[in-house]
Amino acid sequence: MKHDKIERNLGILLVLTMVAISAGGLVEIVPLFFIKETVEKVEGVRPYKPLELRGRDIYIREGCYLCHSQMIRPFRDEALRYGHYSLAAESKYDHPFQWGSKRTGPDLARVGGKYSNDWQTQHLIAPRSLVPQSVMPNYPWLAKNDLDYSDISLRLRALRKTGVPYSETQAEYDRNVEEFGADVAKYLHIPDAEKNLIEQAQQGNYDTNPDKLTEMDALVAYLQMLGTLVDFKKYDDDYFVKFR
Amino acid sequence: MSQENTKDSGTAEQKPVFSQGGVPTTGHSWDGDIRELTNPLPRWWVWAFYITAIFTVVYWLFYPAWPVGNTYTKGVPGLNSITYTATQVDGTEVEKTTHWNMRSKFMVEMNELHAAQKQWFDKVAATPYEQIAQDAELMQFVTSAGKTLFSDNCAPCHQAGGQGVIGFAPNLTDDHWQYGGAYEQIEATIVHGRRGYMPPFKEIISDEEIGQLANYVLNLSGEPHDAGSASSGAKLFQTNTAGCYACHGADAKGIEGIGSANLTDKIWLWANIPEMSTPEEKLKAVKTIISGGLNRGVMPPWEDRLKPDQIKLLTVYVHQGLGGGK
Repeated sequence: MKHDKIERNLGILLVLTMVAISAGGLVEIVPLFFIKETVEKVEGVRPYKPLELRGRDIYIREGCYLCHSQMIRPFRDEALRYGHYSLAAESKYDHPFQWGSKRTGPDLARVGGKYSNDWQTQHLIAPRSLVPQSVMPNYPWLAKNDLDYSDISLRLRALRKTGVPYSETQAEYDRNVEEFGADVAKYLHIPDAEKNLIEQAQQGNYDTNPDKLTEMDALVAYLQMLGTLVDFKKYDDDYFVKFR
Repeated sequence: MSQENTKDSGTAEQKPVFSQGGVPTTGHSWDGDIRELTNPLPRWWVWAFYITAIFTVVYWLFYPAWPVGNTYTKGVPGLNSITYTATQVDGTEVEKTTHWNMRSKFMVEMNELHAAQKQWFDKVAATPYEQIAQDAELMQFVTSAGKTLFSDNCAPCHQAGGQGVIGFAPNLTDDHWQYGGAYEQIEATIVHGRRGYMPPFKEIISDEEIGQLANYVLNLSGEPHDAGSASSGAKLFQTNTAGCYACHGADAKGIEGIGSANLTDKIWLWANIPEMSTPEEKLKAVKTIISGGLNRGVMPPWEDRLKPDQIKLLTVYVHQGLGGGK
């Protein structure tokens, strides 16, 4: 077909443009759904508990991903600074994933447990009080704002629609007990979401203020679990090589 | 553009010119005489394009490339394989060879790193703490490697020079240690982390009694205080009602093992008393701590994040490099 024929006919131009740009996507993405090594077989990965999920939503709301990545690449310098490289399996319940593409601040994929709750809270309120050279903005309102968790079950249901195994019925709950164990399955049960959220916040005391359930509680709960689900000591240090 | 010109465009009266100065044109004309040449692509560009296409075929032979069913091509076996040493869960080392991929290449990078540092880390691991400090050459390694580890892992709380932050994390460069400044104690602190706790006293003793204790504590550090109130506080300190002595010791010098503060020195961690300008302010700050207690001072455990040889090296760095060790 002569190119001037395509250029003079918008309909054909549109269809052929879509075919051309889809080809790259289809060739690169679709096979990953079928290749069995794509998502590593590894124990411990689970969906977010309600409080952590609320924290992730605040992470997105505040635009943390604009400066922080959550993707440790298999390079020596990254392993030395951040820890074991990220696995595909570790973000399999993330919708959307928070890999990011910009590191103005450090990578956060394994920040969980690296600092105390106290540090995270103080650092979010006033980063320069602890890290003098930091360029991170202050987020003082997180410690003041009450956490709005009125729609937490809707948030879980929305993720359930994308395939995250939050349970609605007893049968689904039983399936989760089998897959994740009773301790985790309890937190994935949508009818109990609000109760579980409050309970986790009270037990964890993430914002170091036990009197109030704030947005800081949720965000710190989320940060403190990042990258902690897989126990790498249980695997040979080259176990994940065979998946690539 | 004038009305007349618009009319002309595309419907030029003269026959379209398909060649201009020997170069073919597309046949369109705009504004009567503007034409689009169709020069062929430069020969070098076309060849470069063909070469990239040929290169992809070579690439398929060397690297993982095409999806096939539920797996993918991994390059011609043996053509571009990678051999690395892996440490298994049980601690044994195994040599393995695989097709080229980012993760096996990463294993090689880490192998090279370990090989380069091995003699030093092995020496740190094999040498008793006291002797490391005597070995100037080894200390050079400890200082430079320790500084990197400290900056990444410890400095966010204890600051780059180890000076700490008043109200948050203790100074590691002075001679005062809440959990002990000997090598073994520093190592235990890094491995297991620490959790500071002082119970709140507001529901145990009266506000007046809290004031007396605060005056006594200020007195111990040579800060301005009410002498009468302080002497009542001194008695209260030793009673079972308040029970201060149980953690801070009868001499108020603190007990190292449990991290209770020495109240008799001039070092303050949770309130910057020496910097406060008025006695009222100082009294209020101390009272706040006694009445509300402290549920802070949490240091995370590092045993899962750092390797034993890294922890040993950091211990020496904190003890010797920062200079506060005992």
